[in-house]
Amino acid sequence: MKLIATIEHAVKGPIWGCQMCGQCVLHSTGMTCPMTCPKTLRNGPCGGVRPDGHCEVKPEMRCVWLKAYERAESLPLLPGRWRAEYDHLRPPVDNQLEGTSAVVNLLTKRDRKTPAGWQATIDAGARGA
Amino acid sequence: MSLLSDKLARGEFVVTAEIPSINADRAAVERAVDLYAPFADAINATDNPAAHAHASPLAVSLAIRDCGVEPIMQLVCRDRNRIALQAEIVGAALHGLENVCCLTGDDVTAGDEPEARRVFDLDSPQLITVARTLAEGRYLSGRKLDPAPQLFIGAVENPGAPPFAYRVQRALKKARAGARFLQLQICFEPDRLRGFVDEGVRAGLDRQLALLPSICIPRSAKALRFIDERVPGVSVPAALIARVEARDDQAQACEDLAYELAAETIALPGVAGLHIISFGRDGAAARLCERLGNPSRTGKDDVGHGSPVEV
Repeated sequence: MKLIATIEHAVKGPIWGCQMCGQCVLHSTGMTCPMTCPKTLRNGPCGGVRPDGHCEVKPEMRCVWLKAYERAESLPLLPGRWRAEYDHLRPPVDNQLEGTSAVVNLLTKRDRKTPAGWQATIDAGARGA
Repeated sequence: MSLLSDKLARGEFVVTAEIPSINADRAAVERAVDLYAPFADAINATDNPAAHAHASPLAVSLAIRDCGVEPIMQLVCRDRNRIALQAEIVGAALHGLENVCCLTGDDVTAGDEPEARRVFDLDSPQLITVARTLAEGRYLSGRKLDPAPQLFIGAVENPGAPPFAYRVQRALKKARAGARFLQLQICFEPDRLRGFVDEGVRAGLDRQLALLPSICIPRSAKALRFIDERVPGVSVPAALIARVEARDDQAQACEDLAYELAAETIALPGVAGLHIISFGRDGAAARLCERLGNPSRTGKDDVGHGSPVEV
């Protein structure tokens, strides 16, 4: 398991700046890692984006979520299903998964496990309650 | 139900305001509330704005209520993890406070203690969802919360920050998460604000939550420049600053500017009310409301076109 995580980091680190959160959502964010946002936001850009599209915290960096938005719209070869997921409500990060392999967590569906209260609220919303 | 939610559910025009940051000074709360009470339906207690430590929003909310006005407790994701955020909301409910406004929050680097650890354990759509989870009688873990607190959940969106084409969708996401009122970030660009509200109405945003654009009344061209340079996500067009600078009475010029923006804003279909930020300037907010015809006290028929919000 540790070996898979090491290999994963060696690949995803240089390409996407992977922070090894262990619950990868790259496919739904235009292949842009939201964990590289200084506020580690998982659900879109904050209100501090500068007029030139750069980050409130790191002025030299383009807003991660602005990049994700543009790429989710225009990146070639991205399946339509993935593009549509940009606007999904992503659950809070499970901090227990930090440093573990997102690939393994995907295959075991561990990365989809959310707190019971969160799940109940989402389910109630889906039922229109 | 909170008075704010009642009024919005009836489709009446509301005015909310924001008192300046409060320290350990009870009299300052009384002075500020006295200024806003004649025209404001509710007053925001901010959560350590611009990452500067002040009295906590729950404590300030209680002080506002003691002064006879309904508070809106702001809560940002910067300083507390999910456990502390839930504790704050349930703590507010323990005291009968219902209005909670959930924000991401300025980064620690915007403040005077940039060496602090930033938290952001949740983001704002997640915080809104957690507030709704509490209101449904559960903690995030699923543990029962009985009785379920009565909450009126709000959010903030910035119509003036890129990506402009996505801002309404993000607001809709917050509505889906459970927000029922949306206080917009200050916006000195009328075209941007109109663009957001128009697009919001087209997308049905105004039927899902109450749209409350903010109107800011600064003091001078220098203050406008400060906002432009230092407030994250807010731009002030150079022409506006020049216009204020050219006038002898800059404070009056700022009031005139705020009036123009406010009059234009409340005429927009879909706007349910206004949020006024005047940095505690004596009388400026009251004068603005008077010039607008006291919309929160005379009913909405003459001004807004907001539809009743299901709360």
